[in-house]
Formats: sequence, C-alpha cells, structure tokens
Amino acid sequence: MTALTQSIALARASGTARTAPSKSADRLFQGAAYASALLVLAVLAGILGSIVYGAWPAFSEFGFGFLTSSAWNIGTEQFGALPAVIGTVAAALLALIIGVPVSLGIAVYLTQLCPGWARKPVAMTIELLASVPSIIYGMWGLFVFAPLFARFVQVPVSNLVEGMPVLGTVLYARIPSGVGVLTAGIILAIMIVPFVASITRDMLDQIPTVLRESAYGIGCTTWEVVRHVLVPQASVSIIGAIMLGLGRALGETMAVTFVIGNANRLSASIFDPGSTIASRIANEFNEADGLQLSSLMALGCLLFIITFFVLIVARLLVRRAKVA
Amino acid sequence: MKPFAYALAVGLAAAQFATSALAAEITGAGATFPFPVYSKWAEAYRKETGTGLNYQSIGSGGGIKQIQAKTVDFGATDAPLKPAQLEKDGLVQFPTVMGGVVPVINVAGVEAGKVKLTGELLADIYAGKILKWSDPKIAKLNEGVKLPDANITPVYRSDASGTTNIFTTYLSSVSEPWKKEFGAATTVSWPVGQGGKGNEGVTATVKQVPNAIGYVESAYAKQNRLAYALIENKAGKYPQPDEKAFQAAAASADWKSTPGFGITLTNQAGDDAWPITAATFILVHKEPADAVKAGEVLKFFDWAYGNGDRLATELDYVPLPDNVVGLIHEEWKGIRGKDGKPVFGM
Repeated sequence: MTALTQSIALARASGTARTAPSKSADRLFQGAAYASALLVLAVLAGILGSIVYGAWPAFSEFGFGFLTSSAWNIGTEQFGALPAVIGTVAAALLALIIGVPVSLGIAVYLTQLCPGWARKPVAMTIELLASVPSIIYGMWGLFVFAPLFARFVQVPVSNLVEGMPVLGTVLYARIPSGVGVLTAGIILAIMIVPFVASITRDMLDQIPTVLRESAYGIGCTTWEVVRHVLVPQASVSIIGAIMLGLGRALGETMAVTFVIGNANRLSASIFDPGSTIASRIANEFNEADGLQLSSLMALGCLLFIITFFVLIVARLLVRRAKVA
Repeated sequence: MKPFAYALAVGLAAAQFATSALAAEITGAGATFPFPVYSKWAEAYRKETGTGLNYQSIGSGGGIKQIQAKTVDFGATDAPLKPAQLEKDGLVQFPTVMGGVVPVINVAGVEAGKVKLTGELLADIYAGKILKWSDPKIAKLNEGVKLPDANITPVYRSDASGTTNIFTTYLSSVSEPWKKEFGAATTVSWPVGQGGKGNEGVTATVKQVPNAIGYVESAYAKQNRLAYALIENKAGKYPQPDEKAFQAAAASADWKSTPGFGITLTNQAGDDAWPITAATFILVHKEPADAVKAGEVLKFFDWAYGNGDRLATELDYVPLPDNVVGLIHEEWKGIRGKDGKPVFGM
C-alpha cells in the first residue's frame, strides 16, 4: 500500500501523471476499428454477391433441382450438385472422426503427461505438419499412401466383408486402387490435426495451475483431472478449434482432388471414388464455359452456405457449452 | 558524385536494354498439351533471334477467352473452333503440332501391343457395358492371348482436358450409343471407373490398379513404358501408335477444304493411320491491333515449322506434314494490319 502511494506521489512530482484522455484520438480509434469491421463485411458481401451473380443462370435454369440432381453432363448441359455436396460432407466428417480424437490426445499428452525435454520437439513436429503445402499432401497421398492403403487395408477388408449385409456395402471396394472418400478423409485428418492440436494445447496451457493442483490435491487421477477439470474449462475453445479444422476440411482442394478418385457418382461405400465441391471446381474451372461455369459458381455458393451453416452450429454449441 | 553519376548511367542503359528486350516479347496463353514443346521452341528461338515468348498454359478455354479479350498476342486451343465462331470473333486458326492418344493397360502378363480392341469395344468398356477382360467380345478379337477373368477399371482424366476431348471425339465417331449418351467434351459424365488428375494422375492410377485401362498422350505412354492396346482403324488394320501412324492420320485428312484447319484427325482412312490422333491450334486476330506483334507471332511459328521438328520429335510430338505447312502459309496472307498490308512478309 505504501508502495502505491509512493509511486503516485512520484508520478505527480515528475509530471507524468495520466492526463485526461484526448477525445479526438479516442474517436479516431473507434472509427478505425469500426471501419475495419465494416470492411470485412463489405468484402464478404462482395464475394457472396459476385458468386451469386455468376451462379444465377444455373439456379434459374435448374431451380431447387440443382441440389437434388446427380447429373453432370456437359454435352446435354445438365448439372446437379448432390454427389459433390455429399462427398464434401462425408470426407470432412471422416476427417473429424479420425482427426479430432488424435488431436485431443496430442494436446492432453503435451500439456499433462509429456516430460519437459520432449515437449518442444513434439510440439514443433506437430506445427511443422501445418506448414506442408496441400499439394504435397495430395502427391504423397496418391503416390505413397494410396498404394499401401490399397494393399494392406482396402483389399483385405474388401475380401473380408464381401457379401455381408451392411458392411459388405459400406466397406467393399469395387476398384481397390487406394483412392476414394475414406482416403480423402484420412489425408484431411492428417491436415487438420496440427490446427486442432495446437489450439487445444494452447488453451489447456492457459488453465490456471491452481485448478489442476487442487484437483490432484483431493486425490484425482490424471484421467479425472482431464475429464472433469480441463475439458470442461476449455470446451468452448476446443469446439472452436474443431470448427476451424472442419472449415479447412470442407474447403481443402488440391490434396482432395488427388486422392478422392474424382467420380461424379453416389456410392454407399466409403472406399469408392467420389468428389467434393472444391475438387470439382478445381478440375473443371479452367475449361468451363456458359452454363457449366455457372453451375461451378453455384457449387461454390453451396460451399459458402455449408460453411456458414457449420459456423452457426458452432455458435450454438459454444453457447450451450458456456451455459453448462 | 562521380560514382553516383556512373551508377545512374549504368542504370539508364540497363533500363533501355530492358525496354528493348520487352518490345520483342510475345505473349500467348492456352492449351496445356503443347506447353512442353512451345517452351522448348521459345528457348531455342530466343537464343537465335533475341525474341522471347511468354506462354501461359492455362487451358484451352482460357486461351480462347484471352485472345477474344485481346489480352494476349495469340491463344492456343486443343479443340479447334468452328468456322462460324472464327468468323464471329475475327480470328484465324492454324495447327502447330500433332499428338496421339493411346489406351494404356495394366494386365498381368500382357505386353505392349498384344491386346487388340475396336473403337466400339473401347466405348463399351468406358460406358460400363463390358465389365470383364474375359468378355467373349474381347476374347474373340484376341485369340491366343490369355486375359484374366477380372473386372476392368476404366481410368479417365478428372480435370477438364483436350486429351479427353480427343478421346471422346473418337469414341463418338465410332460408337453411336456413346455419342448419344455421353458425347464429346473436355469432361463427360463417366458412368464407371475413376479419375486421375492430369496425364500423370492417369498414368499413376493405371500403374497402381491391376486390370485398369486408361488413356494418355503418346509421350506419357512411351516415357513411362506403359503397356498399350492396339486399336482398329478405319481400314480395319491395327497400326502401332508411333510417329509414322500419327503422320499417316494427318496425311489422309482433307485439310484443304476445312476452313480454319479445324479438322478432326480421329478415325481417318489410310492403312497406317492411328485412329486417335489430333492437332493443337493457335488463334490470332485476322486484323490485329498491333501489326508488329502479330508479325512476330507468325515469324515465331514460321521458324518453328522450319526448325522445330527435331525438338518436337524429341518430346514425342509429331510435326505437321509439309503440305499442311504450305497451306498455313497461304492462310497467313489473310492476316493484315490496319493499313491492309499482310503482317507476315513472305
């Protein structure tokens, strides 16, 4: 207390005491911040506007049928989005199912269990994964991963489940080439792990040590501490991290184009080739014209809507987590 | 002050040099298929004349759009424009080199050129109507060749490409059902099989998947030593897919009576003609705004016709027959500047 009074006295004496805030500077700062926020909205509106404008011929030609049709025929100018939309969602969900548990495991290990000397190298390796360009993942997936995956997973699994009621459909590969929706999901999982893991790790690191120590103090095991103290504390941020990963998985283009097999068909098997919105656009955009170009724009528009929908769901989840 | 003045002088000289080099720079954009040979030609041409070429391989569609918008000195396309379209946009079109598309296969124990197919069989395989290598129709054509009782995996280009356009143009010309159901385009709605990105994607997939069949440019088939199937041509023969067979296809074509040389080289008559052959094309304006630049473009291609054959052959492209080059020179006489003078001096 004395220290505080002393320093106030000192400040008074030296004349550096805080003067009344300048109104004009304050207003300038407020204006600048406001303008930055509006700029983002304007850019977003501009992007959406130009996509909708480009997609309009396709929407007015096919109407709601664009969403439910699985045709994609340039010769007859019939276009539909269903296989690409389902492929996009399926590959992204597979990526989450595989990637999220691994990411959470990495984060918990790094913050709670890892010996001090190993923490930095492991964390750096994870972050290095984020800096690998997606085309490299695509090429690695096609030339290295797919052949191994075909030999050691697809072919044995297909042989095993052939003829079984449900598994025989979902896990049977008619073309055992190693590429397909599941392969795309696995590659995407590898790509989102560094994002989800590093954000979760940072969040877990920021939880006050006192919380953890008191839990240990009353005799909790590590699992109990993670489950009942850390995860509830960081749940909002973890959901945010997962949503960021999902965003990347939904929009990833090059890597997926290489490993998904690029077939415009609906298939019940996750081993079969499919396509995503982004891979379809990447494949056809540079040669597209007329109604085909509009349909690709319309696909882009749908991807926009899907991403938006995902964000809304994330918001709702975060709100629920906060209440709980 | 002296070093500064010196630096300034050097800088000025460099700037002047740079502008003069820029003046002799021609720009083009379009098809990806001829990109390797265009860049080789450009390299050799710059060494000889000092004139540089900046070619962006952005795809045929992009090439057409850019020349229409006059943002480049020439456009390049694999699929020729129709005469009406050329007339409408005021463009002149001429071919540069040719290439062939070859069906490559991966069937255990079957060597290159041992399996014979007809165009109809190829269309049925890609339409999903013939599913197995042991199909009686294939067996009948290949007596003495042991083909497995296994599913065929057709592999196609997933990206929109001129190669697919050539291949589906061929399938449409030999199979009425294919023409009706899928047609010819840079991408079609493939009912079976799986797509690989680019020639290299198709090559990799065919190599990895047992019993697969794919189609690639002949250069890729050759460089990767892939086994290929022979295709019956219009004369009922099964030629080997080599330079001679591609040249034969070009020689039998009726270039003279096709405006814009927009001829389909697929399924040409002639005993030696390879049935899936095609040329790639250049587009320039008939009345260019910049006559000097347009003249430079024609000079470049004139040089390529005269001196580029060896470079093209090294990269497994096929040079045009001499009589076709003569016809192209005739066509160039129609390209005139605003003053009415031909931009290319003969």
